[in-house]
Amino acid sequence: MFKRLVDAGVAVAITVDGKRVAARVGDTVATAMIAAGIDHCRTTPVTGAPRAPYCLMGVCFECLVTVDGVGSRQGCLVPVSEGMAVETQTGKREAGR
Amino acid sequence: MAASDYDVAVVGGGLVGVATAWGLAREGCRVVVLDEGDRAVRASRGNFALVWVQSKGLGLPQYAGWTIRSSNAWGGFAQTLKEETGLDVSFQRPGGFHLALSEKELEGRANILKRLHNQPGIVDYKTEIMNRSQVAKMLPDIGPEVVGGSFCPLDGHVNSLRLFRTLHTAVKARGVSYLPSHRVETIIKEGGEFRLATAQGEIRAGKVALAAGNANMRLAPMVGLEAPMRPERGQIVVTERLRPFLIHPVVTLRQTDEGTVMIGDSKEESTDPAGLTLGVSATEAERAVRLFPLLANVNVVRTWSAIRVMTQDGFPIYDESKTHPGAFTVCCHSGVTLAANHALTVAPMIARGALDASLVAPFSARRFHVQAVG
Repeated sequence: MFKRLVDAGVAVAITVDGKRVAARVGDTVATAMIAAGIDHCRTTPVTGAPRAPYCLMGVCFECLVTVDGVGSRQGCLVPVSEGMAVETQTGKREAGR
Repeated sequence: MAASDYDVAVVGGGLVGVATAWGLAREGCRVVVLDEGDRAVRASRGNFALVWVQSKGLGLPQYAGWTIRSSNAWGGFAQTLKEETGLDVSFQRPGGFHLALSEKELEGRANILKRLHNQPGIVDYKTEIMNRSQVAKMLPDIGPEVVGGSFCPLDGHVNSLRLFRTLHTAVKARGVSYLPSHRVETIIKEGGEFRLATAQGEIRAGKVALAAGNANMRLAPMVGLEAPMRPERGQIVVTERLRPFLIHPVVTLRQTDEGTVMIGDSKEESTDPAGLTLGVSATEAERAVRLFPLLANVNVVRTWSAIRVMTQDGFPIYDESKTHPGAFTVCCHSGVTLAANHALTVAPMIARGALDASLVAPFSARRFHVQAVG
């Protein structure tokens, strides 16, 4: 659905749920997931509804993901880096993760 | 408003007021609840939601029995509310802990319980001191600094915001008139009825029940009663929703039915409900992480402060006026824990027009006057 305006830049590889995703330096986790066509980044703690990044500026908290083992990071505020392991979240976060 | 429109006017629409109003309506009384507006300083929206027994009653052993009575009635109370409203207040009584982070703390805890249980007339509520390994069997996520704690099988908790909503729904369904933005300015008794003056006009009722929390201090003397209070501020830290890990509530920390962890129990001599002291929140959070290290990376989503309703000695006040028959005080700190008593025991007494001394005599404000007691 989304495509990059300029498909240039230095390539960076991250993984999302163990699958390799091609990103660019300067992407945030949320934009890299959107560009890769991933349609949701988490399901909600109450109803389990799927959620995707929305505001992309740190306000809405829709883009929560686990980054390198730390849960509930705001994907739109975390720049990607080589080898970063991103996991989508299902329902409530597990304490200690 | 015709003079006979209400049998009882309940002053205060917080948990104590609506629980009492619900109980009165069940007795067939025509009830009006006079409440302040949205800006009211309201403990019912800021409390910690424990239905708590352990530690209650040091200095007044009858308070332990009174608390246990409510704790035992709570399950049926919650069930009745569910049948009437379809709302589940998530009452759970898995037993609760008080945890110690040093041998000295554990010893202090054991001493308090010993003093509590040594009082004549105390009800045994089966609190036991547990060592670290006993605690760890029930709370596997405790941190290395936890040396032990006390456990009481009667302790529980509830979703108190939902309780507040549920009681309001229940009183409405029972035909109670709820009048917000009706701060009571004065109360007089004239011609056999009470006249309560508000900016919205006068309300008349045959009886009056003062359930206005700390404001009872101002209202009680108008009807020949007294309610010496010392309001106290508490602060609460709330985390994001987490998968269930904490089955048993701890006195300073509990996981709600919805997954959030509430961390609280601070005490400050302040009456400013808007003030939040970062140092206090930080101390609460630091201690919570020492109790349960897995909370270290969890996100905090809210903090708030609220003013505790607190009588001068911390025990409830239930009184009936000698000079103004038909006027009662229903005043206490533990509006959640004692909600079942207020609804099922105190309200029927008010409906009958006389408090049952065998149950509530120890809680008269006369105790504040040493010479008058006896």
